[in-house]
Amino acid sequence: MFDAAQKPLIEVSGLKMYFPITAGVFRRHVGDVKAVDNVSFTIFEGETLGLVGESGCGKSTCGRAILRLYEPTAGAVRIDGTDVIAASADTLRQMRPKMQMVFQDPQASLNPRMTVAAIIGEPLDEHTKLSKAEKLAKIYALMDQVGLNRDFANRYPHEFSGGQRQRIGIARALALNPRFIVCDEPIAALDVSIQAQVVNLLEELQDRLGLTYLFISHDLSMVRHIADRVAVMYLGQIVELAPRDAIYAEPLHPYTQALLSAVPEPDPDTERTRRRVVLTGDVPSPANPPKGCNFCTRCPKAMAICHQIEPTFQEITPGRFVSCHLYEQTAGQAAAPGASPEHIQKTIQQGE
Amino acid sequence: MLTLTLRRLLIAIPTLIIISLVIFLLLEAAPGDPLGEVPLTVPPEVKEKMRLALGLDSAWYVRYGLWMKQFFWVEPVHLWDALFGTHFGEGMQRVISFQSRQPVMQIIAERLPQTLTVVGLAYLVGVLIALPIGILSAYRQYSWFDNLGTFISMIGFSVPTFFTGVVLIIVFAVKLQWFPSVYDTTLQVTDWASFKMQMRQMVMPVTVLALYNAAQISRFMRASMLDNLGQDYVRTARAKGLTEKVVVLIHVLRNSLIPVVTVIALGVPTIFGGAIITEQVFKVNGLGQQLILSIHANDMPMVMTLTFIFAILIVLFNLVADLLYGILDPRIRYD
Repeated sequence: MFDAAQKPLIEVSGLKMYFPITAGVFRRHVGDVKAVDNVSFTIFEGETLGLVGESGCGKSTCGRAILRLYEPTAGAVRIDGTDVIAASADTLRQMRPKMQMVFQDPQASLNPRMTVAAIIGEPLDEHTKLSKAEKLAKIYALMDQVGLNRDFANRYPHEFSGGQRQRIGIARALALNPRFIVCDEPIAALDVSIQAQVVNLLEELQDRLGLTYLFISHDLSMVRHIADRVAVMYLGQIVELAPRDAIYAEPLHPYTQALLSAVPEPDPDTERTRRRVVLTGDVPSPANPPKGCNFCTRCPKAMAICHQIEPTFQEITPGRFVSCHLYEQTAGQAAAPGASPEHIQKTIQQGE
Repeated sequence: MLTLTLRRLLIAIPTLIIISLVIFLLLEAAPGDPLGEVPLTVPPEVKEKMRLALGLDSAWYVRYGLWMKQFFWVEPVHLWDALFGTHFGEGMQRVISFQSRQPVMQIIAERLPQTLTVVGLAYLVGVLIALPIGILSAYRQYSWFDNLGTFISMIGFSVPTFFTGVVLIIVFAVKLQWFPSVYDTTLQVTDWASFKMQMRQMVMPVTVLALYNAAQISRFMRASMLDNLGQDYVRTARAKGLTEKVVVLIHVLRNSLIPVVTVIALGVPTIFGGAIITEQVFKVNGLGQQLILSIHANDMPMVMTLTFIFAILIVLFNLVADLLYGILDPRIRYD
C-alpha cells in the first residue's frame, strides 16, 4: 500500500499548534499549551490514516490545524504539493473545496437556522457557478449518496436524529468533490448501531470517490476496522505510526501497548487471559510537558535517558515509525527488538 | 402561529382586567385628595359639591365599573366617530381628566407625537448604533475598540439620564450655546429654518436617551455574537471556504439577532411610556411628563388611563416578541 509508487497527498511536517497562556492585568504571555507539538506524517492518496489517542492529547486540534481552521504556530502542511499553512486567506479559500472536514458534534456543527438544502448547497454558491436547477440536482444527488430522503431537503437540522445529522454533515463535506476529508471523531456522538452505518457509509464513499481520510477517533476497534495505517498520539506528539495490522499485532511504543491492551476482547476465553498494562498517574499538563520523553512520567519501561533526552520520531523498519529510546539505540542496525526479519516480511505483506 | 396569537390575545383579556383592577385599587389606596389643590378660601360646602361633580361620592367599585365602561366602550365609539365623522358617541360620558376637565384621550392624542418623535427617534438611533458596535466588539473581542465600547456602555448604563441630560445642558446649551435647553413643542415645521430648529432642539434629548438605549442593546448584541462565534457551526462555515463576511454577517449575525430582536421588541412599550425623567429635564411635554403632572395633582382618571395603556402595550409587545422568536428561530414552533 505504501510502496514508492504510492503518491503522498498530505505531507505534514513539524506541525506545531501552541495556544498562548496569558496572565495578569496586561495579558502578559506566560506560556503555551502545546496542543500539537512537532508532528510530522504523510497520508497517501486513497488511504485512511487513523489518528488515535486519549482525550485531550491533541487529535482534534491536529486535524483542525491541518485544514488551517486554527492558525498553526509552526510547520508546513502540503496538500497535493501546495502549502496550506503559508497560503494567503484568499488562496486558502480557493483550496477549501479540496479539503473538507466531518465534525464531531453533528448537532452543533450545523447552523440551526438553515435548511438541509441550504447547508449542503452553500459551498456550491461560494465555489461554483451552477444554475439554480443544477444546484438543486447536485444537492439531491448528494443526499441520495449519503442515504438521506430527498423529501427532507427543506427541513431544519433539529428535526433529524443524530445519525441523519451526521449524514448531512458528510453530504456537506462532499459537496465540492474534496480529495481529502478529516473525519474528526465523526462517530463519537452516535450510538453503536448508527456508528456502524456511518462508518460503512464513509468506507463506501471512499471506494466510490477515491477519498483520502484522516480518521480521528478514540475508538480503537473502529480504527482497526477502517484505517490502513494508524498513528498514536500522546500529549501533542505522535509516538507511533505503523500499518494497521502491524500495530495491532505488535505495538512497539509502551504507550501503544498500554492503549491497545485496554481494548476488550469479544471472545470470553481470550478476554480472561488478556493482560492489561495499567498506566499509573495522570497525563502531564500540555502547558508543562516533562523533560525528555513526554511519556517518561508514566512509562513502565522508562530508563534514565528518557528523563533527559527527547526521543526522535524515526522509521525503525520500513513503514513503522516510533518515538522511543527503547528502539533508538538499535535503529541504526538492521533490526530493532520486536522487529525480527519475519516481522518485516509481515509488514510488507500487509502493505499490499 | 395564528391559533397561538388568538389564544394569547384571549388570555390577555383577563390579564388586562386584573391589571386594571390592581392599578385602580392602588390609586384608590394611595393617599392624596384630587381637591387638595383647591384654595383653602373655597368654603367646605362648595368643595363637597365639587366632589359630587367629580363623582367621588360613589363607592370604588361603581367608579371602577364606570371607568371600564368609558374606556372600553365610550372611548372606542368616540374614536370611531372621529375617524369616520359619525355621531354615535354623542351624549356619552368620556373619561375626563380631573385637572383640565378635558377628555383624557384628547390630551394623550395631543402629547403622543412629541413623545414619539423624541423618544422613538432616540430608540431608533440607539438600536442603529448599538448593533454595529455590538457586532464589531464581539468580533474583535478585547481589542481597543471592544474595551472602549465596554467603557462607554458602562457609562451609558450606570449614569442616570437626569445626570447626562443636565451635563449636556450645561455644556452645550449654557456654555457653548449650540442647542436650546428647552424643547419648544409649539414649533411648527413649515420651512427649512424651522426644520433646522426642530433638529437642533431634538439633538440633546435624543442623544441622552440613545446613549442609554444603545448601551443596553450593544451589550446584548455583543454577548449574543460571542455566544454564537464560539459555536461549531461557525467552524463548519469557515471549513466550507466562505468569506469571513459571509461567516460573520450571515451565519453568526442571523443567529445572534434572535435574542436581540426580542429585547428590542420588549423595549418598544417604553417609547410610548415616554422617558419620564428625560422629558422632564428637557421640558418635552410628552406622555411621561403628563404622567408626572397628573400624579402630582391626584388626577385619577388620567393616571389610570395612561398606566393602563402602558400595560396594554407591554402585554402586546410581549406577544410580538414571542411571535418574532418563532419566526426567527426554526427550532421554536408554536402549535
